[in-house]
Amino acid sequence: MTTTLDRPGHSVRDHMTPSRYRISRTRQDTRDTFTVVLEPVDGPMLHYKAGQFTMLDAFGVGEVPISISGDPTRPGPLEHTIRDVGAVTHALIAAPRGAVLGVRGPYGTSWDVADGEGGDVVVVAGGIGLAPLRPALMEIVAHRERYGRVVLLYGARTPEDILFGDELRSWARDRGVVVEVTVDNGQHAWRGKVGLVTNLVPRAGFDPHATLALVCGPEVMMRSAAQALVARGVPGDRVRLSLERSMKCGVGLCGHCQIRELFACVDGPVLGYDRLAPLLSIREL
Amino acid sequence: MADDTRIMLPQGLDRLIEVLEGRGYAVVAPTVRTGAVSLAEVHGADDLPWGVGDEQEAGRYRLTERDDGKVFAQAAAAPGMKATLFPPDELIWRGRRSGSQFEVTDTGVDHVRPTAFLGVRGCDLRALAQHDRVLAGRAFPDARYVRRREGAFIAAVTCTDPGGTCFCTSMGGGPHPESDYDLALTELSDPHRFVVEVGTDLGAEVLAEVDTVPATADDEAAVTTAVAEATMRMGRTMDTDGLRDLLYAAAESPVWDDVGNRCLTCMNCTMVCPTCFCTTVQDVSVLGSADAERRRVWDSCFSEEFAHIHGGSLRTEVRSRYRQWLTHKLAAWQDQFDALGCVGCGRCITWCPVGIDLTAEVAKIRASAGIPVAGGMR
Ligand SMILES: Cc1cc2nc3c(=O)[nH]c(=O)nc-3n(C[C@H](O)[C@H](O)[C@H](O)COP(=O)(O)OP(=O)(O)OC[C@H]3O[C@@H](n4cnc5c(N)ncnc54)[C@H](O)[C@@H]3O)c2cc1C
Ligand code: SF4
Ligand code: SF4
Ligand code: FES
Repeated sequence: MTTTLDRPGHSVRDHMTPSRYRISRTRQDTRDTFTVVLEPVDGPMLHYKAGQFTMLDAFGVGEVPISISGDPTRPGPLEHTIRDVGAVTHALIAAPRGAVLGVRGPYGTSWDVADGEGGDVVVVAGGIGLAPLRPALMEIVAHRERYGRVVLLYGARTPEDILFGDELRSWARDRGVVVEVTVDNGQHAWRGKVGLVTNLVPRAGFDPHATLALVCGPEVMMRSAAQALVARGVPGDRVRLSLERSMKCGVGLCGHCQIRELFACVDGPVLGYDRLAPLLSIREL
Repeated sequence: MADDTRIMLPQGLDRLIEVLEGRGYAVVAPTVRTGAVSLAEVHGADDLPWGVGDEQEAGRYRLTERDDGKVFAQAAAAPGMKATLFPPDELIWRGRRSGSQFEVTDTGVDHVRPTAFLGVRGCDLRALAQHDRVLAGRAFPDARYVRRREGAFIAAVTCTDPGGTCFCTSMGGGPHPESDYDLALTELSDPHRFVVEVGTDLGAEVLAEVDTVPATADDEAAVTTAVAEATMRMGRTMDTDGLRDLLYAAAESPVWDDVGNRCLTCMNCTMVCPTCFCTTVQDVSVLGSADAERRRVWDSCFSEEFAHIHGGSLRTEVRSRYRQWLTHKLAAWQDQFDALGCVGCGRCITWCPVGIDLTAEVAKIRASAGIPVAGGMR
């Protein structure tokens, strides 16, 4: 008989209670998207990697997963870029300067952009999907000389929905990033591209055999972007997607985020398309 | 069986409960509650189900009277240990608001009373081992579960009377508790007595406070016979060979459509299942105060909300949810936790109002994959 009973109280740290962070500033990026800038109240600033997320809590309203959108290469406040879509996200963006939010994390996998050093990097973003990719782009431009061609393909709904416009311009102008923006709906004075961002993949300038591709956006968009990248010859394991799933804990315990054998919160959110392709092709898996 | 195996007479159970309560435990044991044997707190041997048997079949549960006066002669109790060690509703944290600030005032971790389980089965112990793996053995362990689990005392019993929905032997288990117990009792008749095996030093210490005599070779042989007989009386079987690949390959099987048409998504199966661990959180404002609390409550992959993201549910169809449940239990769990997520306790079959039987569904999937059928009802 074996016994694995481990009685003496080796109690473990509680991961479900948030740390408090104070809002130092909230910047409106577009009509429905805001960047909330936070400073720690209870302890040191958390350390994170590009692509990781936190569970952000609006007291008494609820807690939701939000990617960190700040610059991982420089110490500074904690930034999250949030689209106001429902009760919790609204409470987060509407909280006044000085208000205290709860933060748990950082959780999940990273883009691991350094894997792209020595080759080209293609970033494909749709809508709010640019927010989780911003730290990856910042990491790349901070070490621009280590990469070959860097291409950002970004699709927004309308010209007014384009996020981080000043940054996009400065990356294009000063950092040698090829930035191609397209909108779904481009009335008014828009003179740029109109159409799906995935349509930009076939003609984008990169070497498919020496490329790391990072993709974030609505799942249908990610699927077709990944297919287009693979069609150009980028190996599946060099195409990384950041998945959105229901997440109630962020630490692998609540079960909500499962995609067959994967826990999107701890095995993801960033996952290789080689692993995801067979799973995403099954409806409602 | 070891030298320290003892014999305890039926009246010893009362003393055992008294000793455990004296040591500060809440004693949780099988007891009759609203027409079913459940695990719940007891205060003496009178609260135990003496002479009560049960009949369990798909969608059917009935208590019976036994004329042998046995106390642990039922199959798995609903609910099992899960409800105690991993409560259906518990405080995660409570906070107090002042203006746009808040502070955390309570995290609930400290309000844990140690529990002694009496009369839990081999399937329960194997489910517990799964929860230990899933909830405690992770990069981010569940602090509340770990606290309860560390303090628990376990007096298991041999399952001498498995039910019509039981199939633990198919899932790598059996009626005799194998590990993770402090004491293990096997109830025998003629004369009515308990053979008590000692699993830990603490178990030995507790047992030393109860009147017992050494077990003889005959007693030990009687245990072996009782276990062998119970092993032959499993109501169901499941063929687990290659199950992971089978289910992964069957993601688009019409079997899901068929079971999806019968399933009511009532979530009984996930609630009674001793290994299911899914939860959600609820934020509750304490009316008339500045307090709010976050509670963690059991959830189920059978609800449409479960896979909700902004824009809608990712599993709108019942077939997708049943597929998630069965595929998680029997296939994905193997990748995640290197084990089967089902211990064959049969609870989900018994408590399904329309009698959906996972052993039968697996057999259908096997059959539709062109593999000869094995498993289902005996
Ligand atoms: C890893 C990850 C990173 C994300 N990063 C960002 C980001 O950087 N910026 C951004 O704007 N959005 C991000 N999201 C999406 C964001 O979490 C949802 O928009 C948000 O949860 C919606 O909640 P709500 O209450 O405001 O909206 P509603 O749609 O009204 O939500 C209704 C209910 O559904 C629940 N719900 C909805 N979506 C989710 C979810 N994904 N997980 C758990 N519960 C959910 C909420 O608890 C809420 O109670 C991310 C999601 C994930 C999984
Ligand atoms: S799936 Fe059913 S038989 Fe298996 S452990 Fe859960 S309740 Fe018991
Ligand atoms: S079967 Fe469903 S409810 Fe049970 S643990 Fe798996 S996902 Fe959660
Ligand atoms: S978010 Fe809870 S398990 Fe992944």
